[in-house]
Amino acid sequence: MSNELFRTCPESGLQFHKPAEQLMRINAVLAVVILLVGGVTALLVTLTRWPAVHLLPADRFYQMLTLHGVNMLIFWMITFEMAVLYFCSSTLLRCRLATPKIAWLGFLLMLAGIIINNMAVLNGDASVMMTSYVPMPANPNFYLGLILFAVGALLGCFVFLGTLVIAREEKTYEGSIPLVTFGALTACIIAVFTIASGAIILIPTYLWSLGYINNIDAAMYRLVWWALGHSSQQINVAAHVSVWYAIAAIVFGARPLSEKVSRTAFFLYIAFLQLASAHHLLVDPGLSSEWKIFNTSYAMYLAVLASMIHGLTVPGSIEVAQRAKGFTNGLFQWLRKAPWGNPVFSGMFISLIGFGFIGGISGVVMGTEQINIIIHNTIYVPGHFHATVVIGSTLAFMSLTYFLIPVLFRRQVMLPWLAKWQPYLFGLGMMVFTLALMGAGTLGVARRHWDMVFTDAVIGFEYPASAYTFMGIAGIAGVAAILGGAIYILVTVLSVFFGKPVGSESTYGFTTSTLTKAEPVVVPEGGHAAVGKCGFAAPGTFLLAIFFLVVFVLYYAVNWKYLASVWPMS
Amino acid sequence: MSAIQPPAETVWWKQPLDRVEGAWISIALLWSLIMFIMMPLWHVYGKQNLSNEAYRTTPQAFLAKTQAMVDAYTVRTETETRLPVVHPPPGSDVYLLGRLWQWWPLLELERGQTYRLHISSMDWQHGFSLQPVNINTQILPGYEMVLTITPDTGDEQTVICNEYCGLGHHNMTGKIYITEGAP
Repeated sequence: MSNELFRTCPESGLQFHKPAEQLMRINAVLAVVILLVGGVTALLVTLTRWPAVHLLPADRFYQMLTLHGVNMLIFWMITFEMAVLYFCSSTLLRCRLATPKIAWLGFLLMLAGIIINNMAVLNGDASVMMTSYVPMPANPNFYLGLILFAVGALLGCFVFLGTLVIAREEKTYEGSIPLVTFGALTACIIAVFTIASGAIILIPTYLWSLGYINNIDAAMYRLVWWALGHSSQQINVAAHVSVWYAIAAIVFGARPLSEKVSRTAFFLYIAFLQLASAHHLLVDPGLSSEWKIFNTSYAMYLAVLASMIHGLTVPGSIEVAQRAKGFTNGLFQWLRKAPWGNPVFSGMFISLIGFGFIGGISGVVMGTEQINIIIHNTIYVPGHFHATVVIGSTLAFMSLTYFLIPVLFRRQVMLPWLAKWQPYLFGLGMMVFTLALMGAGTLGVARRHWDMVFTDAVIGFEYPASAYTFMGIAGIAGVAAILGGAIYILVTVLSVFFGKPVGSESTYGFTTSTLTKAEPVVVPEGGHAAVGKCGFAAPGTFLLAIFFLVVFVLYYAVNWKYLASVWPMS
Repeated sequence: MSAIQPPAETVWWKQPLDRVEGAWISIALLWSLIMFIMMPLWHVYGKQNLSNEAYRTTPQAFLAKTQAMVDAYTVRTETETRLPVVHPPPGSDVYLLGRLWQWWPLLELERGQTYRLHISSMDWQHGFSLQPVNINTQILPGYEMVLTITPDTGDEQTVICNEYCGLGHHNMTGKIYITEGAP
């Protein structure tokens, strides 16, 4: 391999292989374009569900909601993750990318799939929601687009795996792969499982829509489809946790508290996350309680345990790094003195808090077999997954972008003062939005529903006034968050296409700290504990974790109490 | 070495645990097990559990059973479309079907009595969502779900649909009235 194909970023010290760099760029650009489509539809959907505005007519609403779902939950996430996979393999392992031509083929298939699927929805005969539950029919191109996209993404996964093999063969690194690459490998393995499940259900459904197959069983469809639908969100979890570790390393030079614990936690994801299909089937006919309990708990909550471990070790590693730098006063000086004006860090930290406190807790609570009876298909569910997917994954990816603009695209971030506020507007707006949806859902407000007033229904129904208040708050906070998303797209597009090139001598404003090659923190003699208090390396983080647990336990108990108030059933 | 570099010690799996990690893992594992145990415990001590009793059926067969109940126990009709309100005997099998876009028929149940409520779909997937008591289940075509319920609160509950089922989805409603029963 010719060395001319490699460049070393002078500021970060990262090494880029030219074909990999081009692929990362094109995937990231496509992802942002999809995010724009998803964002416009988000605005239309939010303004329709805001009772005081109720913008769109019913058919448009369901169409835009379908478009919003597929673009955000599947296309935006996985396209950005392709860039992350190439970064974590080729760049972090300082290795050439395996078979760039196949990676390009994968990209083109994904692009074709996105266009075909979106055109089908825009055409008006595929407003079937992201889930496309049979036997509600959609235009065959809806499924065809998803299948092509999935095949393209699968090729991307194989290129990632191939690159790991090359790096090992050519000895571009010593010992084990970095933790962040290990996390990306976890995401890749889950992605292969997810895509296989998608193929198993979407190919027959495509044939059914063309008339070659008579009948697709509704229960079977749900079981297999959710192995795609939920597991694809687990790719995001594995990917954004990797991004958290990466940002902790980039901004603070943080090293994992222990490689063993963090890697084992990733391994627990591989072992158990794919059981999550059950979360969507807890009140379905035809499945036993034993099956539901084992699967919905990810086998005794071992995958939840994994997330709780990452929730401690990521901020814990930051705390240790900060303490080693001298921020040792009290329990929280390390956090107060963190670079809150740097969106790479602030976005990542808001992502971590929102994912854990809102997305994580609500997910476990509503995924409890019996509690699901009072939550299934209410707007609580979108409340939960906007906390995991939007605050968790999307915000983490946004933070990473602010690092990638100078490093990968070699451009200075434009409008840095706006970029500085973007994670706060987006993250905090989303937090209020998700909590308001969860409040409305607790009052029984349905998801995927155009008219909470039931104007044209033969038999009417009136929700309590507080439900309208919650939906109004969700409308306002949702618009604020969408504004935050728009700022992200504006800053990214302006910087990438019109930004000043990064030269070694340039000054970068706030990006200096992200570009400085953070030296790995040196651990003092006696291990980590020497930097902490009472033998605890990260006492502040531990206290935060205990606070998290208290909130978790209380909220869990409140929901059992609420469940006990509904009609006895057996 | 930081998280984006290979681990400094090649034998990283022998590194001892930090106390902060060990303590948190123990606590979190304990909490995970408690949450796991709660579900079977609620099956024993709690009153809100799905029986998971379900049968394969067809729209025709389920419609026939529902029609038979409507013919036998209709007490009155409501609305301009003359929807039947059915008052089945306490303890009996009660049928409710979901179709584009209504829950049919309207039901009248006696407070404190137990019924076997059979629900199925005639066409696409629907979401049985009983409000404001807030009981939600998924209804599939080809499957007959049986809920053994004991209405004990409220006078009037509305069944709405909370699984998207096409353009009239938001108009798909039904009713369950709760009466004090025969003296």
